[in-house]
Amino acid sequence: MSKETKLAVKQYRLAVAGVAATGVFALSACGAAPDEDDSDSDGGNNADASFLACMITDSGGVDDKSFNESSWQGMLDAAEENSDIEVEYKESSADTDYDPNLRSAVDDGCDFIVGVGGLMTENVNTVAGENPDIPFATVDGFSEVENVYSIQFDTAQSAFLAGYVAAAQTESGTVATWGGMKIPPVTIFMDGFAEGIAYHNEAKGTDVELLGWDEEAQDGTFLNDFEDTAGGKSTSETFISQGADIIFPVAGPAGIGALTAASEADGVNAIWVDTDGYESTEFGDVLITSAEKGLAAAVTDSVLAAYDGDVTGSYVGTLANDGVGIAPYHDFEDAVSDETKTEVEDLKQAIIDGEVTVESPASPAAE
Amino acid sequence: MTTENTTATAEQPESPEPPESKPSFARLFGRYLIEANSVMVTVYSLLLAFAIGAVLLIVSDEQVRSSYGYFFARPSDALGGSWNLIYSSYMDLFQGAILNFNTLERFQAGNADFGDLLRPLSETLTNATPLIFTGLAVGLAFRAGLFNIGAQGQMIFGMLGALVIGFSLNVPAIVHIPLAILAGAVAGGLFGAVPGVLKATTGAHEVISSIMLNNIAALFLVWALSTKFIHSETRSELVSKPVRDSAELPALLGWLNPSLRVNLAIVVGVAVAVGVWWLLTKSTFGYRIRAVGFNGPASATAGMSVGRTYATTMGAAGALAGLAGAALALGTGSGGVNTATVLEYGFDGITVALLGRANPAGIVVSALLFGALKAGALSAQPDVPVDISTLLQATIVLFIAAPALVKAILRLRTPRGGLVTLEAKGW
Repeated sequence: MSKETKLAVKQYRLAVAGVAATGVFALSACGAAPDEDDSDSDGGNNADASFLACMITDSGGVDDKSFNESSWQGMLDAAEENSDIEVEYKESSADTDYDPNLRSAVDDGCDFIVGVGGLMTENVNTVAGENPDIPFATVDGFSEVENVYSIQFDTAQSAFLAGYVAAAQTESGTVATWGGMKIPPVTIFMDGFAEGIAYHNEAKGTDVELLGWDEEAQDGTFLNDFEDTAGGKSTSETFISQGADIIFPVAGPAGIGALTAASEADGVNAIWVDTDGYESTEFGDVLITSAEKGLAAAVTDSVLAAYDGDVTGSYVGTLANDGVGIAPYHDFEDAVSDETKTEVEDLKQAIIDGEVTVESPASPAAE
Repeated sequence: MTTENTTATAEQPESPEPPESKPSFARLFGRYLIEANSVMVTVYSLLLAFAIGAVLLIVSDEQVRSSYGYFFARPSDALGGSWNLIYSSYMDLFQGAILNFNTLERFQAGNADFGDLLRPLSETLTNATPLIFTGLAVGLAFRAGLFNIGAQGQMIFGMLGALVIGFSLNVPAIVHIPLAILAGAVAGGLFGAVPGVLKATTGAHEVISSIMLNNIAALFLVWALSTKFIHSETRSELVSKPVRDSAELPALLGWLNPSLRVNLAIVVGVAVAVGVWWLLTKSTFGYRIRAVGFNGPASATAGMSVGRTYATTMGAAGALAGLAGAALALGTGSGGVNTATVLEYGFDGITVALLGRANPAGIVVSALLFGALKAGALSAQPDVPVDISTLLQATIVLFIAAPALVKAILRLRTPRGGLVTLEAKGW
């Protein structure tokens, strides 16, 4: 081929490609324009609002299918409820991001700042101390600073019920739990879970064994990470190989690894934490139930209260105030016996009435 | 051809400008701009990266993306929206890294103090500090023809070294701080020397061994944090004891506003960069590093010990990375270190060294740029996706590492000496 023909072919190809690209663009760009005043595309976020509520996530991001996501849902719900509230979030990828994020929220002119995660409490205290006029909230942490509202949950209670269900449902007589990090908001679930199993063992004369957490020694299996789903999967597989047939991961998004492991193994199921995993994950078919923590509602309430200028003190979610709870059984509605269901309901009432106490060293101090 | 040549020669006396006369400065400059020399490739890499970033910003913004769906019905939506998005996004990055205009307004109104105004810069410098050290650690090794991928692990050991001295000794700050920093350098240096010694004695490739040593360091950190000696006495999660107040690096601008985190480490960083420059250009050791990097066998023939140079260079590089760890362990505002403290500063050091072309001044500048990107991206949330800084960094380095790509995209001329690619010659 001579140089000229080569060049011509090259140009021809280029032209064809150009025409094709333009065609694709033209075809896809022929839609009708929406009305000029169509501004409602921000998903319940009110751009012209006078009150700006901001949330700082822990590592994991707002789509972690767990506590960050629930808290953000709570923020959005508040914006939905009151159109004068605008909400925004900032993600932290490590604890060194907490300070700059909190401060940049102050710079953004936020009127209420929610720090999600107990690890952030000290940072919230510092920044709140520097800005005494702005109300702050810390989720999963307790603060004594005046302008910081503490949102805590006695999730030992909901995990207790989940543990009882797990002990009733296990066929191998072995269940397992593991945590994301050894911090009170995580270990409290594990304590409650262990106590629920122990209660079942005592009441029913069973001998269900729990792997991954020793309540006495306050030590167990931790991933030291909330995002490492691969690590969560291999940890769960280890437990499955040791005979566990119900896994209770307390690790936010890393817990997805346990659900993957459960769905890949035969006859292994799981119990989710924080949210109703049947709704928030894609693994509803292996989830017996979830030990819920009413983050979203508590955050919504705090934002609405902050809007009214009335957010002080602290909040502890319990079974009594529906701040924590156990999720519906969904696909396991038939698998869980009516007897167990009634017993769980009775236990719940007994805990509310104080007849049965769930004690975890990590339980939030009563108000 | 010959005829043409003759004609040209014949016409020459008539042409207004004889070719012997020096071309004007503007012309030289213009030619410089369209040439793929190392400076212009860097500049164009930055511009191209920001252009690609702009495209991705548009694609990732739902509202603007959907406005392209009716491009022909109302093009102003798509074009105006895109422009506004790009402008506001990059403006947000600027405000988070250099100067926040909201704060400026509040400052002028008397609602913010001068310290608030400096916070974005303080964040940029804070983020840049570990990158200066790890960038130098990778850059120095580059000069000896070594590819040091182990800066992450060396930094972890440096952090542990500084941490242990930082919480266990009880001496005045004037002694404590230098000792803790030194401990970081020594710990990082010893760990860094391992791949160098292995290469010198057994021929094991430093890329492989330093990558593997990163994993060893990361897992060692998890174990070390869990030991009774290092683990925090007050917190249950995997976190170390905090260093004593006397070992904490003083915040440079703390007197102005306690929220300004930038600390002494940035000063140390710049001083060390000057030191590395001196080392490379003025010292015998630096001469040996460059000679070995340029041509190992020739240096050996000239009587230099190539193996010893490998070992000492890797040790020095490790000490530099160790300083990054010391800066993190002794930095203000952390109640102890955990596994997330080191982030990816060691790996980011590779990109910093590449962008800075293994030149100490270039490394400081590129560390500042990446620090600014990180600070900007963090504060520009949620309007700008936080990953934009990583993305821009990666794209910049991609272009820097492939000057031929930049040359082809922009149809630049080949400079006289050929394209400059930075490469480790140890392969």
